[in-house]
Order: sequence, then C-alpha cells, then structure tokens
Amino acid sequence: MNAFAAILRRDMLLAWRSRADLLISLAFFVIVGCLFPFGVGAEPNQLRAIGPGVLWVAALLSCLLSLHRLFAQDYQDGTLEQMLLSPDPTVLWILAKVLAHWLTTAVPLLLITPLMALMFDLEGGAIQVLTASLAIGTPILSLIGAVGAALTLGLRGGGALLALLVLPLFVPVLIFGAGSVDAYLSGTGASAHMLLLGGGVLGSLALSPVACAAALRISTE
Amino acid sequence: MLQVTDLACMRGDRLLFHGVTLNLEPGQMLRLAGPNGIGKTSMLRILCALVHPEHGEIRWHGKNILKEREAFHADVLYLGHAASLSELLTPLENLELMARIACHRQSDDKACEQALDRIGLGERLDLPCKVLSAGQRRRVGLARLFLAADKPVWILDEPFSALDVRAVADLAETLDEHCDRGGLVIYTTHQEVAFRTPVTTLDLAEYAA
Repeated sequence: MNAFAAILRRDMLLAWRSRADLLISLAFFVIVGCLFPFGVGAEPNQLRAIGPGVLWVAALLSCLLSLHRLFAQDYQDGTLEQMLLSPDPTVLWILAKVLAHWLTTAVPLLLITPLMALMFDLEGGAIQVLTASLAIGTPILSLIGAVGAALTLGLRGGGALLALLVLPLFVPVLIFGAGSVDAYLSGTGASAHMLLLGGGVLGSLALSPVACAAALRISTE
Repeated sequence: MLQVTDLACMRGDRLLFHGVTLNLEPGQMLRLAGPNGIGKTSMLRILCALVHPEHGEIRWHGKNILKEREAFHADVLYLGHAASLSELLTPLENLELMARIACHRQSDDKACEQALDRIGLGERLDLPCKVLSAGQRRRVGLARLFLAADKPVWILDEPFSALDVRAVADLAETLDEHCDRGGLVIYTTHQEVAFRTPVTTLDLAEYAA
C-alpha cells in the first residue's frame, strides 16, 4: 500500500501544480456542451431530448483529452521505470493513478454537470439521474482509457490512436449512461441502467489494471 | 548470488550481444564497458527485469528474476539514464516518492532531508526540480543511495555523468561502502574512477554479434 498512497498523493499534487491542464478539460466539456444549442437550435423540447446524450458525449471526449497524459510524463522522465521496479504489486499503483485521473478530471465535470443540464432544460429528477449515471460511468472511462493510454505510450501520433482504440469501447457506457435519463423520463426507472453501469465498473476494475500492467511492461521494453 | 547464464539481447531486429555468462558474489563491483550502442543500458535493464532478454536467464538467490519479480525488486535499486524526477515537484518530494515506491525502510521526511543534505542539496529543498542544473538533478537521484543501504543490488547507469570532481570521489566512496557491507554494484561509466574495491570489468564488445 506504500506505493499506492504515495503515487495517489503525488498525482493529486502534480494535478494541482499544473491545474491549467485540468481547467482545459473542464472548459472543453463546457464549450462542447454549449455548441450544440447553437447547432440544432434552441427549441426546448429538442434540447431536452438531446441533452443527456450531448453531455455524455462531451464528458467522454473531455476524459479522452486528458487520458494521454496519464502515463506520458512519467514515461518521459523515467519515473514510470521506477514505478515498474517497485516491490509493491503493479496493479495497485496503476489503480492509484487511475483513481487520481478520475478525481482530477471526472469529479470537476460532475460538479458542473447540473449547471450544464439546466442549459438543456432538464428537470430536477433527470439532472439527478444524469449526474448519478456520470458518477458511476466515468470510472469505467478512466479504467478502460488507462489500458489504451498504456498501449499507445511512446508512439508517434499516440493521441489519435488512443481515441481510435478506446472510443469504440466507450460505446456501451454511453448507451447505458445516456439511456438512463431516457428510462427515467419514460417512467420505467433508471435502476437497470445504473446496475449495468455498476457492473461495468466492477468488471473493468478487475480486468483493466492487469491489462494495463502488461501493456506498460511492453511499452517500456 | 546473481547468476547470469548465456544472456542474449535484441534491440529491434539487431542482435546486440550474446553468450554473456556471469556469476556475481556479495561485495563485488562490476563495470560494464564498451563503446556507445553496444547495449550497456539494455544489459542493465535486463539485469533489473525491466526488459526480457532474447535468450538466457538471470537467477537471484537461485530464483529466476522474471518469475519472482516482486521479491527481486525488493532487493534492487536501479538508477537509470533519466533522473526520474518530476519537474514540478521539489527534490524532497521527489526523493520521498521514490523512497516510498521502492519501499525503502527509511522513507520519512527526516531521512530524505538528511540524504539530500549529504549529497549537497541541503538548501535547495523547496525549489521545483525544473530550475535545477543537470548535475543537481543527478544528485537528487543519487541521494537515493543513502536511503537504499537495505537493498543489496545497486544497478547504476552512468552515475558519474554531470558530476563535479568532488562529487565523483564522494560517490565512489559511497559505492565502496556498499561493497564493504556485502552489497553488489553494477555500473557503467565512460570516466576513469578510482575505487578501493577491486572492479571486475565486463567488456560487452567481446560478446557483440
């Protein structure tokens, strides 16, 4: 647990010292969200219908924007090598890095989501469901994205490749995440969608760190 | 203690060296020599289980290091070419992080401050590493040696580069002390450095493909 706590603490500290980068992801989320009403017109019924989907896609892209930084800096300055040489299990400190990524990119996004949802004229209950679905769904994005980030480490054009690699894997998360609000609004209740997302979190929590560790070993060879 | 059998290394599709067999005992100092590009760094990375060798195996206390990776890593300190420092963190924060990741027995504030003091960075504690010079960065990395007395195997890639004459002598003394304790030092350098401990030299050029 030594390495887990130390790396979590360090990544949070680094995120704080380069907080401009975090603001960029957040601003990206806000701007992408704002562009849609301009594009499709400000008809309230239409906005209500597309709101959850738009915010989910914006969240997904904003998460992608920060993913390539997850290991890149550590890879360049040699810290990653030292982490791989830790006597602590590799999966533990990978979880610490993913947790730090989620805390620094997804949590600010969650906090601003209700405000963005108001812009799409969503009502209180729908806003709650949307925020909850993002809260449960975004860890999956960080976990799956980490594997992609590890695989594309050190490659030229790694950022674009990372998007091609992980965006298709994000599709189920998007379907159940955005679908949860529709399910709530149609009266069937969002619990089925939430449970599926929860299952997704547990599944990726079990598999992704192991895959990530293997990918990192390949990338650093 | 550390047995290397018939080691071969590929980089891309080029065979760098093959047939390296070694047996290292406690208190021994091994210098890897050879011209640039011969595979010294690759060899060091294989020796600390970061890279799979093309052929051959390495045993530490009789156990294959790739199979018992975590147990082996508890006994190894590796300082690579890169200083492994985060630019935005101070030397103290960097050193503490490294000590914790490597699970050194001494990893608290006090031990880290003392280590930085001994390496001559006592007054630079609260500056971010990006403002330090190359030599000072190298020293932050080397400060880990003072926390790593409990790790028997030290694998050092060009530890003397960018250091001034006095720092080179101090570092040589530190490595000697480690060998006196029964540690094992494997290093590369292009400088001539005087040690008390007899140095075994392995010239990789002799094993080049």
